[in-house]
Amino acid sequence: MNSPVPPSSEQGTFVTDAALKRLKKRHAAESRFKLYGQLAIGIAIVALVTLLASIFMQASSAFTRHVLTFDTTLEASYVTPEGERDPEKIARNVSGFNLLLQDELSDQFLPEDPGLSLQRELYGLFTRLAVLPLARKTADTPSNIGTQQSFSVALADDIDLYLKGGITRRKAVNLGQAGAVSGSMDDGFNITLGKAEPLQSALDKFREDEATPTALIQIGSTWFRMTGLDGNTASLEYIAGTPQAPVSGADVSGLALEQAQDNRTVTDRQIAWTMLLEDEGRVKSVPNTTLFTNSDSTYPELAGTAAAIVGSLLTMLVCAMLAIPVGIFAAVYLEEFAVKNRVTDLIEVNINNLAAVPSIVFGLLGAAVFINFMGLPRSVPLVGGLVLGLLVLPTVIIASRAALKSVPPSIRTAALGVGASKTQAVFHHVLPLAAPGILTGSIIGMARALGETAPLLLIGMVAFVAEVPDSPTDESTVLPVLIYKWSTGAERAWEPQTAAAIIVLLVFLVLMNLIAIILRRRFERRW
Amino acid sequence: MDGNVEDFTETDKSERAANMAEMIKVDCRNIDVFYDDKQAIFDISLAIQDRAVTSFIGPSGCGKSTFLRCMNRMNDTIESAKVTGKIFMDGADINDHSIDPVLLRSRVGMVFQKPNPFPKSIYDNIAYGPRIHGLAGSKSELDEIVESSLRKAGLWDEVKDRLPAPGTGLSGGQQQRLCIARAIAVSPEVILMDEPCSALDPIATARIEELIDELRERYCIVIVTHSMQQAARVSQRTAFFHLGKLVEYGDTERIFTNPEDTRTQDYITGRFG
Repeated sequence: MNSPVPPSSEQGTFVTDAALKRLKKRHAAESRFKLYGQLAIGIAIVALVTLLASIFMQASSAFTRHVLTFDTTLEASYVTPEGERDPEKIARNVSGFNLLLQDELSDQFLPEDPGLSLQRELYGLFTRLAVLPLARKTADTPSNIGTQQSFSVALADDIDLYLKGGITRRKAVNLGQAGAVSGSMDDGFNITLGKAEPLQSALDKFREDEATPTALIQIGSTWFRMTGLDGNTASLEYIAGTPQAPVSGADVSGLALEQAQDNRTVTDRQIAWTMLLEDEGRVKSVPNTTLFTNSDSTYPELAGTAAAIVGSLLTMLVCAMLAIPVGIFAAVYLEEFAVKNRVTDLIEVNINNLAAVPSIVFGLLGAAVFINFMGLPRSVPLVGGLVLGLLVLPTVIIASRAALKSVPPSIRTAALGVGASKTQAVFHHVLPLAAPGILTGSIIGMARALGETAPLLLIGMVAFVAEVPDSPTDESTVLPVLIYKWSTGAERAWEPQTAAAIIVLLVFLVLMNLIAIILRRRFERRW
Repeated sequence: MDGNVEDFTETDKSERAANMAEMIKVDCRNIDVFYDDKQAIFDISLAIQDRAVTSFIGPSGCGKSTFLRCMNRMNDTIESAKVTGKIFMDGADINDHSIDPVLLRSRVGMVFQKPNPFPKSIYDNIAYGPRIHGLAGSKSELDEIVESSLRKAGLWDEVKDRLPAPGTGLSGGQQQRLCIARAIAVSPEVILMDEPCSALDPIATARIEELIDELRERYCIVIVTHSMQQAARVSQRTAFFHLGKLVEYGDTERIFTNPEDTRTQDYITGRFG
């Protein structure tokens, strides 16, 4: 084999012009390709960081919540109107506890005979069901009835959101000391402000954004709404707090709000009452443990993920019990034992196609087969797990087959060579070597199942579930469906709540992947 | 006299029986092997002596490995392969339905081209075969088998202090001796070696060759090799394969010094292959 003789000009040297040119081109192509790769990774990282950052930023406000503390006697007349101390009745007597707290607030803030709309406004500070924990606690320790107790009640979601800086933009300003005061409680007051400048500029700034700003004025423990500002003279209207006319010389502070109360879900009075309660030190920010201990609720401040977490775990359990053994045995049979012919080819193609079938189709199948035909109950983790098991089965089979394929054939021949039967060769040597890959594939399949929503909607796991399920045949929901449901909630407070639930789901996914990594490491170390 | 195939197969049976009956371990008759429609082995008949090393030489793709794998029915594991003809081992037809390939393979051990220890400890590598065949009644018996197998493979002194260490951590030559020890551990009668030294350096190769020479006293050994020097060094009988046919079979010394077929001569002198 003689190589062609190079032309005489190129003989004896590597660095001809043409060669250098080609080399330069090749190097350029190489660095270009590297750059493309780095760009791709950069885009992926930016996308991931943006996603996580936005979720965490949205969710951050859901990890604390505001509660209103009370230091009140649990009057028996409210708590046990019929005189019986039956724990069940006490626990269910939500309206009694509600009335107790409502009367306590109204004693503090409302005049005699306030009228219904004013009462409703005040009682909107917390929702009816917020007293449920208190009712249950009292039912457990009936001896507390009639004694003075300290306890806290979750503030309504909108109030909570307002305290976290939501609902409307605002700016607190110091307005100096009150000057001349004229007017009466009924007709409103005109007062001269020490310095109106900061308030005026704050309102102007909000107006620039085409909002309809308003201002609340606090003098001592009395709150007024400002109805007009003319130079240094402000027209005020009493809304909440001690009904006391402003006196000249008192310190005046203002709160400029971007939106007038018609445009927001929290009224001026509710803001004033909340600020008064905060001044008393009765509004506290506490870690939002209800997110993990409570089940779903129609009120965002009371809603939690407990039932969905347990439901997800039960569903995963059923799913794993179906998909992993069936998947592994199918893969082992197809890869190690099955004769290669048209039938096995057909099966293989179908398994690959099955992995690409939209998940909602599996939901239809589950509804038709498990619920309609087999008569299993709706909305239960058993059916959800079966559907998800079928959904991830192809993934598990494909991953397991890939893992089995990656075991070098020399291991099989070695085992057969010393007289092992085919089954022995597979179970003693091939399967243990493929185990890390199979496990990883299975867990990643499970992780996919954990995040599935669509098929579960079709088998009714979207039902409202307020009780933590005890068994796979109890009505239940799962985390992704809960997220879907919360995300469609009308109240603004669902937004951070949804983000928080997403974080809970992500934590579970990360945990599962972590388990996959640990298991793989452990099994690999054995060899 | 025992020159080329024709002579050999046409030898009067009674005469052959008288000369070699005790010595013949495996008797292959009219073997054809097909991979799907492609024929890889054409009507090969060959008798292999006990307590001797028989080497198969020939250019790549000539079918020597395929023929070797017929003797422990490893071709059964290849779906497309079909073997016809009869192979007798100690007079019994190994392709008979009554013979389980699993039992056959415990009597006909095999060592492969690439060292392929199990990714387990050295001890477990050796102990695996005896365990599945139930050769050891107790732990001490198993220990004994492991030790004696490793001793026979000349590996004991090198690994006796690290039996629980993984077999894959040994050097290439040690791994191949481990594989030989593993084959010995199930007390086979025949050991098939498919190019056992092709992945090894010359020093490791020399050790394996020494080992083969020692093992000859106890076992019937068949070795496929690409190295004619190796065939000349270790084997007593040599078969030359070409294009799926057995060209010449006889005493190694004669094949290498005085081949009858010109193809054999051309191959040995390096004119092709």
